[in-house]
Amino acid sequence: MKLKQSDLWMGLAILAAFFVLAWLPLAPGADGWLSIVVPITMYTVLATSWAIFSGPTHYVSLATAAFFGVGSYTLALGLESLPYPVLLIIAAILGAIMAALVGWATLRLSGVYFVIFTLGLAELTRQVFTWYQNNMGGTRGSYVFTDLTDAHIYWQLLALALLVYLVGWLINRSRLGFAIRIIGGDESVAKHSGINVAWSKIVLFMVSGSVAAVVGAILAPRFVYIEPSMAFNPQLSFMVVIMALLGGTQRLWGPLMGAIPFAFVWEIIASNFPAQTTLLMGVAFLLVVFYIPNGISGVLIRWYHKARSKPGVSHE
Amino acid sequence: MQMLITGIFLGGVYAIIAVGLSLQYGVSRIMNLAVGEMLVAGAFAAFWFSTAQSLNPYLSLLVVIPLAFGANWLIYRYLLLPLVRRAKTRGQLEVDSILVTFGLSFTLVGIFLWAFGGEFFNYSFLSVPVEIFDSRYGQNRVLAFVIAFVVCAGLWIWLNHTRSGLSMRAISVDTRAASLVAIDVEKSSNFAFALGGAIAATGGMVLSTFLTFDASIGIVFTLKALVIVIMGGVGDIRGAIVAALVLGITETVVARLIDPGLTLAAAYVLFLLILLFRPQGLFGRAQT
Repeated sequence: MKLKQSDLWMGLAILAAFFVLAWLPLAPGADGWLSIVVPITMYTVLATSWAIFSGPTHYVSLATAAFFGVGSYTLALGLESLPYPVLLIIAAILGAIMAALVGWATLRLSGVYFVIFTLGLAELTRQVFTWYQNNMGGTRGSYVFTDLTDAHIYWQLLALALLVYLVGWLINRSRLGFAIRIIGGDESVAKHSGINVAWSKIVLFMVSGSVAAVVGAILAPRFVYIEPSMAFNPQLSFMVVIMALLGGTQRLWGPLMGAIPFAFVWEIIASNFPAQTTLLMGVAFLLVVFYIPNGISGVLIRWYHKARSKPGVSHE
Repeated sequence: MQMLITGIFLGGVYAIIAVGLSLQYGVSRIMNLAVGEMLVAGAFAAFWFSTAQSLNPYLSLLVVIPLAFGANWLIYRYLLLPLVRRAKTRGQLEVDSILVTFGLSFTLVGIFLWAFGGEFFNYSFLSVPVEIFDSRYGQNRVLAFVIAFVVCAGLWIWLNHTRSGLSMRAISVDTRAASLVAIDVEKSSNFAFALGGAIAATGGMVLSTFLTFDASIGIVFTLKALVIVIMGGVGDIRGAIVAALVLGITETVVARLIDPGLTLAAAYVLFLLILLFRPQGLFGRAQT
């Protein structure tokens, strides 16, 4: 694998950006800032990992909340018996296994089956969990006591974001990434050129699922007290989808462009008109599909190309 | 026996919603994820008729059906038709219509919350017991089942024994071939979508006579209707009816014997079995 010089510079620039971002919790008045920065970072990681799978394949996954909840519960239930880093790894593995099972059942079929199955997945997991805890486990909720602060959570998310970007970049360069772009273009062409279509989709979905589970585990200490209805909140899945679509899924950095503005608008609406958040989400979905189908990153790329081709030279 | 009959009554109401969705998906090619909100709209109308106006909630159908028909006609004409025209492939249309109907669903829930608030609603109508085979059932449930039967039978006769029904079936088999034999596909699709929405709203009105509902319950019924439509085979009314009864009975049995909190899990198990063994649906033909 050969690196181009531009890739190298890009990598250094990203590392520098992360280095700067990592100092944020030490800035004056950071505590107030972190309460908005942590969700933004969380949504960025979730939306980016969502786009790694759903961007090229066009399969709309609504399973994020289910993976997230499984991750949170892994941490909450295991905290007393296992060390913290091990739990993060277990969460990643559980997320991947769950994604593999769901993918195996639905990804061999058309996209509609997949959407419908993932639509109820969080609710299903919640029901099964609640039932299990009612009948076998005793209590419903669990306390999560750690000495992790918002700053620790933020650093972990930042590291995970870096990892997600790296993985996404590697996938794009790999045979798998090439295969998945062909599948997204035309599935029957992909089949005829000898690509194992179902397998490629399942692997990508597993990546996306395990990231969401780890995010759930990292965020668990923030809840302090975890209940199934909080950990498996279906709204999370939709938030991730709308942010990724708003940002655009064609580029790795697209979802970031969506997560930042949407999280801010959401925060403003949620604190001033808490009853209207659902309406906001609906309107946002409609506006994105009708007016910016390629997302903000799509618009930016178009402007960039326009600006470059301006001085009289046409690239046709 | 009692469980079976309760299950069939429940399944009957599911069937109303599912045939509505089946019509929308089979003919208009729109996987309408806002179908549950149409149902909630019907339920709210019935609630308003029954409590604020102290009228028979079934009278609200006189308003609900034309309004829902009109609203869905406009939704298809101005929100979805542009997507149908813009889409280059079937897959593109699928993704776009899923996202738009999600947006629509959230928008409607937002409006319901705004107008009615987040409480639970119910009213009492015909909650008098009636005896069938030595067990008691609410009259409201029996009446709901009768309505379901009338709706499904009416739709069945229309689709199979009239000329306009035939053209609907032609579109659901092959859109392009249908336009070759002088069927106005856009007009018929628009009509099918509007009718499907009106049927779903009727289902909601009927459901509200015996079920407590709130502004955001629509998604649960959307999910059930989707599972039923897939189980029955896409665009197949007969399959949807059978699948609705199967789901109604399964849910009742699970709720009685295992845990009422696991009804969705029951629906999922059915869905999973269908996906693994008969993805084309109970009555669907395998695609080559």
